[in-house]
Amino acid sequence: MDVQKIRKDFPILQREVNGHPLVYFDNAATSQTPLQVIDVIADYYKKYNANIHRGVHTLSQEATDAYEAARQKIQKHFNAAHAHEIIFTSGTTHSINIVSNGYEQLLVPGDELIVSALEHHSNIVPWQMLCEKSGAVLKVIPMNEGGVLLMEEYDKLLSEKTKLVFVNHVSNALGTVNPIAEIIEKAHAVGAEVLIDGAQSAPHIQADVQALGVDYYVTSAHKLCGPTGIGMLYGKASALNRLPPYQGGGEMIAEVTFEKTTYAGLPHKFEAGTPNIAGGIAFGAALDYINSIGMTEIAQYEAELLAYATASLLKIPGVKIYGVAPEKTAVISFNVQGIHPYDIGSILDKMGIAVRTGHHCAQPIMDYYHIPGTVRASLSFYNTYEEIDRMLEALKKAIQMLQ
Amino acid sequence: MAAIDTIQDEIVEEFSLFEDWMQRYEYMIELGKSLPLIDPRHKTEDNIIKGCQSKVWVHADLSEEKLVFTADSDAIITKGIIAILIRVFSHQHPDAILEADTTFIDKIGLREHLSPTRANGLVSMIKQLKMYAIAFKTQLNKS
Repeated sequence: MDVQKIRKDFPILQREVNGHPLVYFDNAATSQTPLQVIDVIADYYKKYNANIHRGVHTLSQEATDAYEAARQKIQKHFNAAHAHEIIFTSGTTHSINIVSNGYEQLLVPGDELIVSALEHHSNIVPWQMLCEKSGAVLKVIPMNEGGVLLMEEYDKLLSEKTKLVFVNHVSNALGTVNPIAEIIEKAHAVGAEVLIDGAQSAPHIQADVQALGVDYYVTSAHKLCGPTGIGMLYGKASALNRLPPYQGGGEMIAEVTFEKTTYAGLPHKFEAGTPNIAGGIAFGAALDYINSIGMTEIAQYEAELLAYATASLLKIPGVKIYGVAPEKTAVISFNVQGIHPYDIGSILDKMGIAVRTGHHCAQPIMDYYHIPGTVRASLSFYNTYEEIDRMLEALKKAIQMLQ
Repeated sequence: MAAIDTIQDEIVEEFSLFEDWMQRYEYMIELGKSLPLIDPRHKTEDNIIKGCQSKVWVHADLSEEKLVFTADSDAIITKGIIAILIRVFSHQHPDAILEADTTFIDKIGLREHLSPTRANGLVSMIKQLKMYAIAFKTQLNKS
């Protein structure tokens, strides 16, 4: 993997911020976009922008073909059995809401849902809303000080009352990789379905939905070098067919009369309205780009960056890293003793370094550690050792100013 | 105490002396350390200003028809920002606070050099200081 060559694909990495070359370490929030994807979006609008699926004209046909080809790329990348098991959504949050909304009619009061302590708010709140509407009860798999789920507690939560388990593959706040194969197997053993939130894992770990046997898998393109506003819901056809449509409108119908409307089959049942066509096509292009580098190569390089950054950070007095799971993606959540994370983030920004500070939409994790938030540096395959060194120098300067 | 506009001009001049925003941040950090601290008994949930990533507590007392502000924050740069605001608004009559514009914020470029969340926090802080002025004005009018 030639990082310097890869960096040339990302125009944004050449820019300066506050008079310093940008160091972009907020990849867990959104990844940057390579020219190969930007060009696809521009090409779509320059050459074949048209509404899809129903047009008789050539542009519509070309746009439809490109959009459906993207669906097939996604199917292939995640190894779904069928292209119609891939639903285009606006992103992970939308995908989760399709399932949580649909589940309302599958639950009776007293049914149980299981979530983990490591979740993003987007994989907590829709389910709490579902519990309020359905009378189901939400159970939480706790974690330990290192940010690792307590699987023996998970075993105790599972019962014939459990209907659905939803866990992220990787924690956005801590980088912990959760044992999803085991979580899925155990849930299936009691007859429950499983939704895996792959927003944080898809850029780093190859997921094979058939090998996992997972019922639903969701992620967003913008974490994977694609644009914002487009994502996916994978569902086994049998699982998706149990769910009612989420939104009504055009595209999702078979036949409409004022007496009764029948719904289209998969995937259109969940794709009401004109979709984000350019986004969908670009999602496919983003997967092409990532696969041209190689998921294995990406994972290996990021693991090396993580090890280097972790060891270097721990040499700075007062640094505490949150989330020390044996298996982690390249996310480092940390604080410096006596300094608010927000102050560190502000000073780093003035030196051109983009990190995230705050609770990372995972307040339960911050509550667990009794902290207001952390500084989070999340790395990607286009980051370098030199950039880590620059962050460390900037951090030392920030500590000196703030202490 | 000088008039609000005079104090604002002073701040604009002070900030113009620095070459870059790193130095201005260093200055704000120093100001943060000199913030008139809120009495711990006023550090309540009610006195927290919402809209900030960091917590900000503000309290106001009336002294000879003037408002005296004390505050605190768990983040030092936030303390610096609130220290600047308090320097402008503290020891002023409620009417003067309510009439005051805050042009110095744009003149020193503070807003654009804050993160979006901190800029929101800044707006919330000013709103809160003015709310205190309204409350105390009502109190003064009654007595």
